[in-house]
Amino acid sequence: MAVITESTLIKTKTVGKRLFVYLVLISISIFMVLPFFWMLITSLKPMEEVFHIPMIIFSRNMSLNNFKAIIDKGVLIRLWNTFFIAFTATALRLFFCSLAGYGFAKFSFPGRNLLFSVLIATMIVPFAIVVVPLYIMMRDFRWIDTFMPLIVPGAASAFGIFFMRQYIRSIPDELLDAARIDGCSEFKIYTRVILPVVTPGLTSLGLIFFMQVWNDFMWPLIILKSPENQTLPVMITTLTGPAGMTIYNLQMAVSVVSIAPLIIIFLLFQRRFTSGITFGAVKG
Amino acid sequence: MTTDTRALTRIKRSWGGVKKKRWAYAFISPFYILFAIFSMYPIIFSIYLSFTEWKGLGPKVFVGLENYRRLLGDSVFWQSIRNGVILFFLYVPIMTLLALVLAVILNTKFIRFFQGFRTIIFIPYITTMVAAGFVFRMMMNVRYGLFNMVLTSIGISPVPWLENVWWARISLSLLVTWAWLGYNMVIMLAGLQTISKDLVEAATIDGANPVQAFFLITVPLMKPIILFSVILSTIGSFGLFNEVYSLSGGATGAAVGGPMNATITPLVYIFQQAFSHYKFSYASAVSYVYFAIIFTLTLLQLRYFGREE
Repeated sequence: MAVITESTLIKTKTVGKRLFVYLVLISISIFMVLPFFWMLITSLKPMEEVFHIPMIIFSRNMSLNNFKAIIDKGVLIRLWNTFFIAFTATALRLFFCSLAGYGFAKFSFPGRNLLFSVLIATMIVPFAIVVVPLYIMMRDFRWIDTFMPLIVPGAASAFGIFFMRQYIRSIPDELLDAARIDGCSEFKIYTRVILPVVTPGLTSLGLIFFMQVWNDFMWPLIILKSPENQTLPVMITTLTGPAGMTIYNLQMAVSVVSIAPLIIIFLLFQRRFTSGITFGAVKG
Repeated sequence: MTTDTRALTRIKRSWGGVKKKRWAYAFISPFYILFAIFSMYPIIFSIYLSFTEWKGLGPKVFVGLENYRRLLGDSVFWQSIRNGVILFFLYVPIMTLLALVLAVILNTKFIRFFQGFRTIIFIPYITTMVAAGFVFRMMMNVRYGLFNMVLTSIGISPVPWLENVWWARISLSLLVTWAWLGYNMVIMLAGLQTISKDLVEAATIDGANPVQAFFLITVPLMKPIILFSVILSTIGSFGLFNEVYSLSGGATGAAVGGPMNATITPLVYIFQQAFSHYKFSYASAVSYVYFAIIFTLTLLQLRYFGREE
């Protein structure tokens, strides 16, 4: 008898605990989702209903008019710019990172350890220290208001090389030797043997690069002067209505256009993405 | 004959070695070339620049340490450093602890919809920061924002989220926590999966309650990962830009980093000096002092918290 009451007591205690844990998780989730919800409903509202007393959450005046309006304001060309820059920069970075990762993982050559230490050390240099002189350099190159500064300077990432080196190390040497006996050149081994094997790693890394470049804000803000060259994040901050008013509903519509592709990509490749994110923390 | 072939193969082999090494150097060279042009040269150039007076055009006038001397008395710069420290204390301890607790919770088997919670908490990390910043700004509007509407409806007086010096910092911390909690949680989760569950189980059997097990077993084992996340957050709180820009500045032309420089960070200050006032040499000096400060902070953290490893 006593045993039964004790076990039911423990049960109710754990049920209560679980309930509490769920309550915490659900309230945090609401806090996380709320801004997205607010963004979406604001992007559908006419401006009069954005700031209104009493507050309007849903109304029958909701429509896609704001999206039509931002198309007229040239959101599509900015979407293309953002995509083009993110895609090109990502492709170039993946190429250089996997190539250098192969070089560090599978060759021994004088100065390898020193060069690798230098590579790791460069990661502590913050962009803040480079941004001013780099801007002047871009001006001298006549690269201001072009996409080049957003693609070329960052085309080889130290983190990416470190990542690819670890990944390529796990490929057995016999596989490479077999290709060498078949008369493949080292570059051919890279394209025919290494690349197909490291595709999962490249996907993880590529997702991180794509997201970083897509969301990048300060550097494009500095470089891209003319409106038709802007990226989506820059467009969000420069949209103004008559008399410099902030037009939140249009801003939110652009925000939706900027965020939706990333969320879709993320949901499709979630596991690849998080394995790339956690790589540095656990290994490093 | 045999010596000849042996010599020949030796030559062939070493030639092959050199050829192979040449490939390796070719493969790794793009990084070093790009780094030399787009990082090394600018870094050196900006040292030189910090000793001159130059507004981007015309001749550079050598002024020695004048920029650094001015920096010492520049109250806005020191305010930006102070803000970095304040922001660090406002959100890093809470966010790190919360991330670890969430990771421990989501690492246990009994939570249903585990994957769903993880996804929801992580998703802010991948969103465009300025977009999120503007939504927060809208929700934090004093008169019409969602937050104050909810507060007043339950009888609490409205909060000046973005108008008051301290509230503006808290609001900024809220935005940063929203954006980075999931990232830290995912890192902690990965860390938890590398440590054995047996220790926590053994402690529980010995009568430790979950809170004791958390602080006495999990936290010490997770120290390297916690340190990693704290160092990243330290660097992060001095380098906030997008968050500050979207909460305080932007289209309306309000002062970025306001109110009254309460949320200005060193990076925002460098940006303003260089690209709003075109004081390129002064901005270079600021960026050097900024780098020295975060570099020292990182070293100190590694020294004092990472000692046993």
